[in-house]
Amino acid sequence: MNILEISHIEKSFGNIPVLKDISLSVSDGEILSIIGPSGSGKSTLLRCATMLETLDKGEVRYQGNRAVWADNGGNVQFAPKKELKEIQRLYGLVFQNFNLFPHYSVMKNIIDAPVHVQKRKKEEAAKEARELLKKMGLEDKADAYPCQLSGGQCQRVAIARALALNPKILFFDEPTSALDPELTGEVLKVIRSLADLKIAMVIVTHEMAFARDISDKVIFMADGVIVEEGTPEQVFASGNERTQAFLGRYGDILK
Amino acid sequence: MGISQIQQLIGGMGVSIQIFTVTLVFSLPLGLIVAFGRMAKNPALQNLVKAYISIMRGTPLMLQLMVVYFGPFYLFGIKIGNSYRLWAVFIGFTINYAAYFAEIYRSGIQSMPAGQYEAAQILGYSKSQTFFKIILPQVIKRILPALTNEIITLVKDTSLAFTLSVMEMFTVAKALAAKGTMAPLLAAGIFYYVFNLLVAVVMEKAEKKLDYYR
Ligand SMILES: Nc1ncnc2c1ncn2[C@@H]1O[C@H](COP(=O)(O)OP(=O)(O)O)[C@@H](O)[C@H]1O
Ligand SMILES: [Mg+2]
Repeated sequence: MNILEISHIEKSFGNIPVLKDISLSVSDGEILSIIGPSGSGKSTLLRCATMLETLDKGEVRYQGNRAVWADNGGNVQFAPKKELKEIQRLYGLVFQNFNLFPHYSVMKNIIDAPVHVQKRKKEEAAKEARELLKKMGLEDKADAYPCQLSGGQCQRVAIARALALNPKILFFDEPTSALDPELTGEVLKVIRSLADLKIAMVIVTHEMAFARDISDKVIFMADGVIVEEGTPEQVFASGNERTQAFLGRYGDILK
Repeated sequence: MGISQIQQLIGGMGVSIQIFTVTLVFSLPLGLIVAFGRMAKNPALQNLVKAYISIMRGTPLMLQLMVVYFGPFYLFGIKIGNSYRLWAVFIGFTINYAAYFAEIYRSGIQSMPAGQYEAAQILGYSKSQTFFKIILPQVIKRILPALTNEIITLVKDTSLAFTLSVMEMFTVAKALAAKGTMAPLLAAGIFYYVFNLLVAVVMEKAEKKLDYYR
């Protein structure tokens, strides 16, 4: 089944169209990478899918259920409150600049939502959090505060925080773009390790080799449209002029 | 100074501390509500609150106290008793300080990065959870220095209650000094100074306590 289906969404800021008729789907456990030049609308697409932004046209479905859509009159509708809450439990988002809660310790950052949003037992949530931290290579950082961590460590905490809510699909918006080059590796390694969790992932990234290696499917976006979509082999070997022009900048990495 | 004068001064001190405490206890939460009104999407509410804040900040507190005290009589013909004096001071100070605190809260709230709200939304926090668990604690850390300034001003402003002849520290000291000695005024000066030292120490402690994160 498709965990996520985006159909014909459009989004403008003022009168500048940023997303022009975007459709895509992600099946359970599938890993989709979205690449493309900056300003092409990748973040906006993720933000519309996660309802941080409200689309102008089209619809977004999770597990077949409509979360947000524009009706025939062009009015945007959301699923009823209760249903929407259920839908929101299905996805998580990892931000470029982490957005950890600075006043909470690493442990509290991870368990606070499971405990206070999902109403799970604190001990149980803490136990899971420690396992997640171990997976992230941060078992000794539970009591640290975000300001005491490096960017790479913060991003790994942010990933743990998202995973703690057991999402079925996790969005990443350039998870390594705010990091010093020597720190990107540790975060990419962690994301790779998630592949066996069977969580679907949608990853916006400029790390081409990573996208090629990890993805089931790659989308190349430019100027608010999907220029090309296919397996990594198809997209990275594409004959499409725009795709080639974009990938050319990364030529050496992909050899 | 005789025993009875010292007793009077101590009584005045008590009233000053009472005005200070009551004002803080009510204006700090009220200020938050006013800040919400000031940031409301509804333009009518927003403008109403804007006007209120503007008047509170743009006119002397002394005058506001008199309006609160005499208003009920001149506006509605309600007979005002002597016991209303202190209440008028409480009300006047609270609505005045709420306006100042509201602007401090607002600047703090608006300085919060959108990412904190977005992360909370994605994690499923409700609006009130987001505000009280994520936003407000960080806002308090940010506005603590501005709050300290305002609270120190409040300590000194309590002396304005003399306008309504409420027997607080300054009113008492002034009355006693009129009988020909500087000592009560000196005592009052020391009182305000020590009170403010105390405020500064407490606020510094609070800032230190929130120093554990950036
Ligand atoms: N909130 C906003 N208001 C106005 N314009 C925006 C906003 N967010 C994004 N944009 C514009 O939309 C375009 C696409 O942005 P974005 O989705 O961030 O692209 P990408 O993530 O691919 O770099 C850019 O031109 C950007 O300036
Ligand atoms: Mg972006």
